[in-house]
Amino acid sequence: MSVPLSYIWRNLAARKLTTLLTAGGMALVVFVFATVLMLEEGLRKTLVETGSPDNVVITRHSAGTEVQSVIDREQAAIVENQPEVAYSTNGLRLASKETIVLISLAKRSSDKASNVLIRGVGQKGIELRPQVEIAEGRMFRPGSTEIIAGKSVAERYKGAGVGETLRFGQREWTVVGIMDAGKTGFDSEIWGDVDQLMQAFRRPVYSSVILKLNDPAAFSELKTRIENDPRLTLEVKQESVFYAEQSQLLANFIRYLGMILSIIFSVGAIIGAMITMYASVANRATEIGTLRALGFRRKNILAAFLLEALMLGAAGGVVGLVLASFMQFFTISTMNWQSFSELAFSFTLNGAIIIKSLAFALIMGVAGGFLPAARAARLSIVDSLRAV
Amino acid sequence: MENLPKPIVQIRQVTKSYHRGEQWVPVLTNISFDIISGEFIALMGPSGSGKSTLLNLIAGIDKPDSGSLKVNGIDIATLSEADLADWRAANVGFIFQFYNLMPVLTAFENVELPLLLTRLSRGERRERVELALSMVGLTDRVEHYPSELSGGQQQRVAIARAFITDPVILVADEPTGDLDRASANEILAMLERLNSEMGKTIIMVTHDPHAAKSAHLIRHLEKGELDVTN
Amino acid sequence: MHFLKLILRNTLRHKLRTSLTVLGLVVAILAFGLLRTVVDAWYAGAEGASSARLVTRNAISLVFPLPINYQERIRRIQGITAISHASWFGGVYVTPKNFFPQFAVDAKTYFSLYPEYLIPPADMKAFLTDRKGCVIGRKLANTYGFKIGDTIPLRGTIYPGAWSFTVRAIYDGAEAGTDTSQFFFHWDYLNETMKKAVARRTDWIGVYVIEISDPDRAAEISTEVDAMFRNSLAETLTETEKAFQLGFVSMTEAIVVAIRIVSFLVIFIILAVMANTMAMTARERIAEYATLKALGFGPYFLAGLIYGESLAIALAGGVLGILLTFPVADRFSEQVGTLFPVFGVSLETIYMQAAAAIAVGITAAILPAFRAARVPIVEGLRSIG
Repeated sequence: MSVPLSYIWRNLAARKLTTLLTAGGMALVVFVFATVLMLEEGLRKTLVETGSPDNVVITRHSAGTEVQSVIDREQAAIVENQPEVAYSTNGLRLASKETIVLISLAKRSSDKASNVLIRGVGQKGIELRPQVEIAEGRMFRPGSTEIIAGKSVAERYKGAGVGETLRFGQREWTVVGIMDAGKTGFDSEIWGDVDQLMQAFRRPVYSSVILKLNDPAAFSELKTRIENDPRLTLEVKQESVFYAEQSQLLANFIRYLGMILSIIFSVGAIIGAMITMYASVANRATEIGTLRALGFRRKNILAAFLLEALMLGAAGGVVGLVLASFMQFFTISTMNWQSFSELAFSFTLNGAIIIKSLAFALIMGVAGGFLPAARAARLSIVDSLRAV
Repeated sequence: MENLPKPIVQIRQVTKSYHRGEQWVPVLTNISFDIISGEFIALMGPSGSGKSTLLNLIAGIDKPDSGSLKVNGIDIATLSEADLADWRAANVGFIFQFYNLMPVLTAFENVELPLLLTRLSRGERRERVELALSMVGLTDRVEHYPSELSGGQQQRVAIARAFITDPVILVADEPTGDLDRASANEILAMLERLNSEMGKTIIMVTHDPHAAKSAHLIRHLEKGELDVTN
Repeated sequence: MHFLKLILRNTLRHKLRTSLTVLGLVVAILAFGLLRTVVDAWYAGAEGASSARLVTRNAISLVFPLPINYQERIRRIQGITAISHASWFGGVYVTPKNFFPQFAVDAKTYFSLYPEYLIPPADMKAFLTDRKGCVIGRKLANTYGFKIGDTIPLRGTIYPGAWSFTVRAIYDGAEAGTDTSQFFFHWDYLNETMKKAVARRTDWIGVYVIEISDPDRAAEISTEVDAMFRNSLAETLTETEKAFQLGFVSMTEAIVVAIRIVSFLVIFIILAVMANTMAMTARERIAEYATLKALGFGPYFLAGLIYGESLAIALAGGVLGILLTFPVADRFSEQVGTLFPVFGVSLETIYMQAAAAIAVGITAAILPAFRAARVPIVEGLRSIG
């Protein structure tokens, strides 16, 4: 039988200020840890879910992103007519030849500008992205200078709301609708008719071709054929893979910076826990001696103090998680270095993050409590009874 | 044939020294004596005489450097630390000068502590604790914390804790040292009853001659050696 | 001086606790300083910008090029003393992880606009005579071990193909804040190669870099340049180099803001630790404080003891943390290589670190000092902590 739980947690409650400060320090560290994980997950969700599993993105070989990619009309036509391409209900191929440009737009809140991605899409463009819906207004009419804006762009940039106009490529473009892409990358884009945009920017070439496969398993066949075709200098990727690769630099940066910060911060919190636990042991020396005299073993004492430290960690973990969960109300908008265009994503909390954060908190507790608990266990009965 | 009173504690040639920096300070040198079962004995002597050390050895919370120390037939000097802990839980009751109650546990929970080392069920433990607390007259203070009790009441809780496991011996280190005259008398009376009604062997260290009067036998320790007077 | 002696001796009473607290402070102040240095590095490009240089880019966005024939027309504007051009190449050296900026520049004119890039004249000559030569910065050379004469292969992304260049010169920065992680080569070589491959893309450049004689006329001249090309196929946007660099930073502003917030969080964490230490220490010494009061020492004396001890510990941790920031920043800078070309601990950062340490020392002592000053003597003497 070990030392009663009520003894352990009531000692924490008896020293309210100390417990508050120590657990508070750990809570802040868990907050940073959880927030970074949530940011990473938000970024991953945004990008990975931007892609559908049966869609394929074709760009020029080793272009990296659509912005750098150039596909001429002949190559685009060849690609469009591959046998693996699915057909829609009205008998047309589910393929969209698209062109990407980045334009500098001024934000609504400040006058600072950022690069926004404009995507000229083919007729099937929106059908190829089932996660995209028209939330407000309507789809642009093909062959016109109408455009639709992603939710994030409409909110953040001047002139990107329904009924407003943007001027670029020496023309006025009217926003007639807002698309909701379910927090994926398309929320940060503006879409228009590909032919109109190509004319306006005098770019007679496409950036990419998006295809829907009639059978997702046919991907490798299609990939091999296109990449080995001597007429074509293209590379084929599954849409989700394509977008995941696009954010690698940013995702890695967030992950490494976040982990380094969490580790450094945790050192501070662990030191705090250590100081508290050492004081706890020192102040209760007579109690420890009494418990040992009554017959409790050294390992019971060790376990009791470790448990006390774990409880501190758990308290900090829970508070930190609760604080972090409020971050879900915020969205981050920053430039993705690889695609050079702005991307909006938010903090996403899931079960794995909750578990990891709590585990992190408990580990901090153990790390801080171990040496003091060992010291408590090592005390000789006679010495600790004599302590004042 | 009369049953000769059995020695419950048999100490033979026990030596104990302590480290003070670089030096070894001898506290007990080749001490030998017996304590009879059912005896109430007071150990007296000036500070540094080794009386507390002797008590610690008998109680099994310290080990002699040499010699044998049999309690109820078992030489506890040969037991491992883990076995000694189990032995104490079953055989020794402790009463300290400053009560040594857990401040965050109620009177009930403090008395229950030693029972947590047994296999008794929750209900069984509750029964015994309530009985013990009634025997020391604290039934109405069961849910109070030590800070809410007077010195005398706290020591009574400690006494209940000391006999709850029905130990073979009770050791008391200056049990009345922190109490006023009235409370001290209460406590001494309780110890006397424990001895006369429940037959508990009690070994008490004290420097108060008035407290020593409650004991049947007083032994003086001076520089680690025993004298007998009564 | 007995007061100071008392404070110092008090800090040494609990060596373990004091050293743990100091350690925590060192880590926190160090982290704080590093994070601020990262933010500074973000703005380094803007800091190193000259007010006598303007950058002209395509008004739509940086992704669109400008025609080469603009150069002569811009040169004729009053107040412009020199003009050159640069184009972002964006090649990959082995893997995308090895990022460093690469520009195709007008070799003859570019380097006179950047006097802060120090190049030995003999090397410059070697570069000018080798069409496939390149000029690289000292930091870039050190990161990958490039020496003069080495061949650097680059995989083109915007300009596809396998490119290779020979290092002809290594430039050093005139100041600590000069970016020496860059890679420059001949735009003529790029253009010739494009003529043969994709005719449509010849004779286009990225940005024009303009030197003006009077920095005060920057806004005026910028407007003049842009007016010249309004309503043409490629409208321009001209701004000071500083504004141009700041434009990049503002695009990743969210990250900078996040790092700033986090750097203050770490101070709060250590504040909690420090406050805890002082609270525990003061609580354990209540009897002593009561004794001092009984002897006749006033509440200010007691408060002074506690503030003094708290500040002593905070300053010890702060000074150590500040001193450690320099070697740690150097190691960090080596690790990230060319990602942060300029990584130096600024004076302002040191002031902020010191201020943070002092603030923590003072704040942590407030509650304990208040409590100690107010403890009634009799109660205090009875307390055993």
